[in-house]
Amino acid sequence: MLNYFKPAVMLLLLLTLLTGVIYPLVVTAFAHTFYADKANGSLIYDAKGQAVGSALIGQSFTQAKYFWGRASATSPYPYNAGASSGSNLGPTNPVLVTAVNARVKTLQAAEPSNKTAVPVDLVTASASGLDPHISVAAVEYQLKRVAKARNMDENKLRELVNAQTETRQWFVFGEPRINVLQLNLALDQATH
Amino acid sequence: MTAQSFLQIMLYLVVLLALVKPLGAYMARIYQDEPAGLNRWLASFEKLLYRCCGIDAKQDMRWAQYALALLVFNLLGLLAVYALQRLQAFLPLNPQNLAAVNPDSAFNTAVSFATNTNWQGYGGETTMSYLTQMLGLTVQNFLSAASGMAVLVALVRGFIRRNSDGIGNFWVDMTRSTLYILLPLSLVLAMLLVGQGVVQTTNPYQTVTLTEAVSYQQSTLDATGKPVTEIIKSQQQTLALGPAAAQIAIKQLGTNGGGFFNVNSAHPFENPTPLSNFLEMLAILLIPASLCYSFGVMVGDTRQGWVILAAMTLIFTSLVFVTVTAEQSGNPLLKVDQIASESQAGGNMEGKETRFGIVNSALWAVATTAASNGSVNAMHDSFTPLGGLVPMWLMQLGEVIFGGVGCGLYGMIVFAIVAVFIAGLMIGRTPEYLGKKIEAFEMKMAAVIILVPPLMVLGGTALALMLEVGKVAVLNNGAHGFSEVLYAFSSAGNNNGSAFGGLSANTPFYNLMLGLIMLFSRYWLMIPVLAIAGSLANKKIVPAGAGTLPTHTPLFAVLLMITVLMVGALTFVPALALGPIVEHLQMTQQVMP
Repeated sequence: MLNYFKPAVMLLLLLTLLTGVIYPLVVTAFAHTFYADKANGSLIYDAKGQAVGSALIGQSFTQAKYFWGRASATSPYPYNAGASSGSNLGPTNPVLVTAVNARVKTLQAAEPSNKTAVPVDLVTASASGLDPHISVAAVEYQLKRVAKARNMDENKLRELVNAQTETRQWFVFGEPRINVLQLNLALDQATH
Repeated sequence: MTAQSFLQIMLYLVVLLALVKPLGAYMARIYQDEPAGLNRWLASFEKLLYRCCGIDAKQDMRWAQYALALLVFNLLGLLAVYALQRLQAFLPLNPQNLAAVNPDSAFNTAVSFATNTNWQGYGGETTMSYLTQMLGLTVQNFLSAASGMAVLVALVRGFIRRNSDGIGNFWVDMTRSTLYILLPLSLVLAMLLVGQGVVQTTNPYQTVTLTEAVSYQQSTLDATGKPVTEIIKSQQQTLALGPAAAQIAIKQLGTNGGGFFNVNSAHPFENPTPLSNFLEMLAILLIPASLCYSFGVMVGDTRQGWVILAAMTLIFTSLVFVTVTAEQSGNPLLKVDQIASESQAGGNMEGKETRFGIVNSALWAVATTAASNGSVNAMHDSFTPLGGLVPMWLMQLGEVIFGGVGCGLYGMIVFAIVAVFIAGLMIGRTPEYLGKKIEAFEMKMAAVIILVPPLMVLGGTALALMLEVGKVAVLNNGAHGFSEVLYAFSSAGNNNGSAFGGLSANTPFYNLMLGLIMLFSRYWLMIPVLAIAGSLANKKIVPAGAGTLPTHTPLFAVLLMITVLMVGALTFVPALALGPIVEHLQMTQQVMP
């Protein structure tokens, strides 16, 4: 037994040094040299140089003049990027059905004239609770409401939306989508 | 299913299979100590490591010695992770001043990472200091993966060697797996991931100012000790950061799966883009698939490896289509627009990320449960019943459809031994596999290997459901609640780590139960596998005769698939009927429990 103990301890120590210290530090050094911005969370700054969010992390929007994002199941408040979480509600759970219905009602109350069916991603909670994106359909659903709240020409707003739409990466991977925070920031900038 | 979904799945399979031969050939050269570039440039460094550790690299270990070295090494790793978690409050690199992890959770996590399960009972960003993540979890991501690869190589030596007592040297197999395979691949992947936006920093969490303030209720006690709810308004968001990219690279390559953050690879800082998602999915099956080719090279007939890979790929691909279709069909209980179109993914989007949509979430779920990876980029608990059944069943099959690095293939080789045994009974000859006679001892060990995980899964589920402590942890009622518990034990009992996250498993009961099951399932598979290796190495090689069942043919691939599926179906269909199948019927009838 003792014959195994010394090699085991030493090998564990040396491989810990290699894979737990040197390896992560090499990656960190590489990241901070070539991708300093991304390595630290892809932060977005305003004109005053203040950090107003991350390009990868969503924020909660509830006012009519902003596009709204996915529902977020983080606690104690939505889009808590210090404690990511999904809802974990099963498909037949009445709590899920009630929550989705309530979100549909809230959307319809904000724009009673809109009778189209609500796109599913707009009223379901994302996996991370931090999803920064919504689908193109979910933006289209809210477009009239936002245009009205901002007194903005719909076509002009649609141009702005189109400019913010991300296609499939390399035309193949993932889904077309729009970053809600970036779209809303661009909106605020355009109407100021 | 949309054409776009089909294209993404096919592209994934094509790229994966194209990488099998080059990487498989490289790994075979590493394990056979033939020149492969890296192992010659770093040869003196490798020797230096052995000298520092007092390791005699030439020592050929008997199977029991090999097993003992493995156990001692894994035990020490487990203790190190436990100690780091308990002491993290006093150690450096803890910018958020996170407290010590409580003992039962620390035990569960230490076992989980040492056994390559990487079940997460905790939320990374609220529990683990940067130091614990680096020195504890990242290191075990490497070493538990390398342990699995070492056992596989030892088993393959059992087939190659004749009349030999030894099956190789554990220290050497361990070191070479880490140094020449896992480390360089992780380095490349980590750098690619950082380029996509995965965070990698030792800076503290970042605070940013929100565009729109959030308000929320918080219950506190007032001066007289009465509970009151106060409304808090906040204009700030705290972004959890950390040295994530380095850990995520090995988490995927080593089929580990323990996330840096609570929501694992659904977190935008772990998996920010569809491309990062593709790379991570590729990494998940890369080594398990390529090892099939290495196996073929090492036993001197690459067809033997291709046959196993074909069996794995066929089962995998069919199950991918089942899950994608189930998720794309959506949830009939929700009266919203779930139809896939050019402007939305549609389908069952609860618990999924917009950038991944349906196809990448479903493909990921199948890949991570086929391999014993267990990471998630969508919440499996919110999958449709059939969409959730597939990941659960893939774990229950014993993690042999690709499976974990090393352990998936040694599990599949055991199934191949069972398959030739069954065929041997049918044609009335002594079964042989790769020139070795399969006799009573091998069959006994194979039976242990195949029976231990179901015993753990079904026994554990039954026990948990009889006890109040087991039942209170369930989030969703009815059949789905049963699925949550069954899923947890399927995951621990097969060292996967995937979870139906609604189960509040961070309790002393689940931490201890699942921890013990992870230990038992890991080592009561590894030890019998090494025993088979020792027994086979001792035998002579019998030349193939007229009565030998050829094991390099499509017929054998079919036989192997039937064996795996029959064992998995016969054992688990009754349990699955109580959970996902009942729930599926309820959902289609629009009945809520």
